[in-house]
Amino acid sequence: MADLRNNFVGIKSPNPFWLASAPPTDKAYNVERAFKAGWGGVVWKTLGEEGPPVVNVNGPRYGAIWGADRRLLGLNNIELITDRDLYVNLREMKQVKMNWPDRALIASIMVPCEENAWKAILPLVEETGADGIELNFGCPHGMSERGMGSAVGQVPEYIEMVVRWCKQYTRMPVITKLTPNITDIRKPARAAKAGGTDAVSLINTINSITSVNLDTFSPEPSIDGRGSHGGYCGPAVKPIALNMVAEIARDPETHGLPISGIGGITTWRDAAEFLALGAQNVQVCTAAMTYGFKIVQEMISGLSDWMDAKGHRTLDDICGRAVPNVSDWQYLNLNYVTKAKIDQDACIKCGRCHIACEDTSHQAITQFVNGVRHFEVIEEECVGCNLCVNVCPVQNCITMEPLAAGTLDKRTGKPVDPNYANWTTHPNNPMARQAAE
Amino acid sequence: MGTTQSGILGGRLPLAEYEANFSDLHPPLDKHEALVAADRCYFCHDAPCMTACPTSIDIPLFIRQIATGNPIGSAKTIFDQNILGGMCARVCPTETLCEQACVRNTAEERPVEIGRLQRYATDTAMKENKQFFTRAARTGRRVAVVGAGPAGLACAHRLAVKGHDVVIYDAREKSGGLNEYGIAAYKSVDDFAQKEVDYVLSIGGIEVRHGEALGRDFSLADLGERYDAVFLGLGLAGVNALRVEGENGAGVEDAVDFIAALRQSKTKADIPVGRRVVVLGGGMTAIDAAVQAKLLGAEEVTICYRRGKEHMNASEFEQDLAASKGVTIRHWLQPKRIALKDGKVAGIELEYTALVEGKLTATGETGIIAADQIFKAIGQTFDASGLGVLRMEGGRIVVDQEGRTSLAKIWAGGDCVLGGEDLTVSAVAMGRDAAESIDRVLAAAEPLASAVA
Repeated sequence: MADLRNNFVGIKSPNPFWLASAPPTDKAYNVERAFKAGWGGVVWKTLGEEGPPVVNVNGPRYGAIWGADRRLLGLNNIELITDRDLYVNLREMKQVKMNWPDRALIASIMVPCEENAWKAILPLVEETGADGIELNFGCPHGMSERGMGSAVGQVPEYIEMVVRWCKQYTRMPVITKLTPNITDIRKPARAAKAGGTDAVSLINTINSITSVNLDTFSPEPSIDGRGSHGGYCGPAVKPIALNMVAEIARDPETHGLPISGIGGITTWRDAAEFLALGAQNVQVCTAAMTYGFKIVQEMISGLSDWMDAKGHRTLDDICGRAVPNVSDWQYLNLNYVTKAKIDQDACIKCGRCHIACEDTSHQAITQFVNGVRHFEVIEEECVGCNLCVNVCPVQNCITMEPLAAGTLDKRTGKPVDPNYANWTTHPNNPMARQAAE
Repeated sequence: MGTTQSGILGGRLPLAEYEANFSDLHPPLDKHEALVAADRCYFCHDAPCMTACPTSIDIPLFIRQIATGNPIGSAKTIFDQNILGGMCARVCPTETLCEQACVRNTAEERPVEIGRLQRYATDTAMKENKQFFTRAARTGRRVAVVGAGPAGLACAHRLAVKGHDVVIYDAREKSGGLNEYGIAAYKSVDDFAQKEVDYVLSIGGIEVRHGEALGRDFSLADLGERYDAVFLGLGLAGVNALRVEGENGAGVEDAVDFIAALRQSKTKADIPVGRRVVVLGGGMTAIDAAVQAKLLGAEEVTICYRRGKEHMNASEFEQDLAASKGVTIRHWLQPKRIALKDGKVAGIELEYTALVEGKLTATGETGIIAADQIFKAIGQTFDASGLGVLRMEGGRIVVDQEGRTSLAKIWAGGDCVLGGEDLTVSAVAMGRDAAESIDRVLAAAEPLASAVA
């Protein structure tokens, strides 16, 4: 049995699956249920400063996109931070932590960008016995209009400043939650590190409008005929999140900075991919909001079974394993040559590979051979682009086969060079030529 | 009453049971079901389903239009090729046409539900009475169409679209041909055939004259004189005779008459059926008669076919449907004699058959099945009266690819022509293509001296 125990910046949990700060972690009732279901940790719904709590809209808070069978692919929300009294939240957090000492309980915090505001709330949180704090610099809707959330996360100097205050006023580990609504994710990560953060968590949600009602011309979710951009999450955002996690993991300035990976994690496989790209644990929200807390059981058993099958004993065996393989384009091996190959026994003759290649790519797949509908790769034309593989509805029907060194590439008429060579040394690269001279 | 009383009786079942038995065989898809079904379509390039459709409907396109929430656009894609797309969606043996060709069969042995999706789109448009066609400026040309079945209606519609004036002659009381009289009731409920006729005719420029039969009320020569062109969509009016002893006994009936009577009945309770029924034949008509006899409350229904299962014209799906309703299908049995008692059917003596050197041969071994009603479904014949010198072959009208007969100005299509396939959808294709051919010929002819405004 693989050991799924997680130690994230000193915060221990029985597994690496935490619930992200979001509607599912709004109060003790939900969090108790989550822990009972098996979640390793919870980041409590973001706390605001003392005083009258924020208010939410009273119409729809969520918008969505779906697959044909209403499978939820992407969700957005315009719900703000907790709309419950600060002290109610703190009391409940303390009780839950006492009830579940082996689970991680993190307090998410969002208060104005003023030193006193942070100085005031940190001791209150510390008193609950929470294992750490997460600074919400991510939410892109509503609170950002008031100079909080992503409005902070988009200014590296503010991030560094607030992180510094937090490190100064609390002994609790500090996790800085980053917004993806920024050009280069490395900048806020570097700022957080400069401020002394213990870890970063990402991604928070992406600015989005999920759809427009074509009868009323209101964006969705519609509040009395108007809509506001919300925070986008769910399976659709996973590729964006994976890249941002990898960017931070492989940046020399932030390499080694602990990352809590977030963004569309729905299955154990998604989680394993985040871990491989450098996350030390993961946070989940939309999948729980879609299917309920029980999904964590699939995640735990799936990850554990996969680790067993592959001989990985602990999370350390897999964390960051893919990071060295993330590369700049310029270092990709240009002497690696692949050709598409169609398994004629598996082919169902839908013709999609042909039309995709014919209309939009390299005219490298036949439609007819000897007058019969037959789809076959023309190696003289195939550049190995992989589009046919991606549009083929049958898994493993089309595969990309690497050409062994020395074999003839029928497209170029040259044998495949056995040596690694990339753009930096390619003769067509003017910079390379300059370097050679 | 009930299923066990001997004789040929109506009202064997409670009324509610009739209603349930004769409800829609394939209930319509609701919107969500349609979206899920449509999502299974791969939008194949040069799609095999489209090639398999006699009317060449752009199936991937119409399914994609459903998937994107545009069932009206989808219906237009269907009607562009097949104005009777609504009925075809119900009665096409899709399992041997588009759905057999679906690449999903290769992938997972379950095709996209093309027929039901087609029905979803066409129902949506017809429910809104959405019309997609307007007539071109009137040409002043007049075309006679004989037969208001699928071939004739498709031909008339396309001619009307082109601006020609059409008169349809039909011997029966209602339009629709086999759609109205020849299809099992549970395949076309709620008077759909008549609704479809109304939908087709709403294009305008088409007059239908009922109760007028070729060879009885007018001749082909008459039409040739009075019209610029003539299309014959006559269908098959005759039925084959058994030619065995007892054939004229009470209780020996033509399956097509039984099927027609069922379609015209509102409650079905008024349609008498035997306790023990034998249906002779191996095609769709045999299945339709047998299944409906069972649904009317017959205790025992047996189809006897003189060849093997593999020779049956009825599709696998139809055979399974019959079996699921409790019909017994027996093979390699041909009728030898119908036993009568007091002039009424009491049973049928059948003789086993076998293929000997490729030839169907009676083995001499016989057996008797007790029956009080026997339906003949052993094929229909073409009644060629009134056609004069029109070239025929094998008892059917000879036409070329465009539907032209041996006589100038005369076109034909549907079951009455050589190569007719006994399929609504094929008849529609032939009617439509003949209309295009007629239009080309009329357009090439001298313009009328006084064009009608």
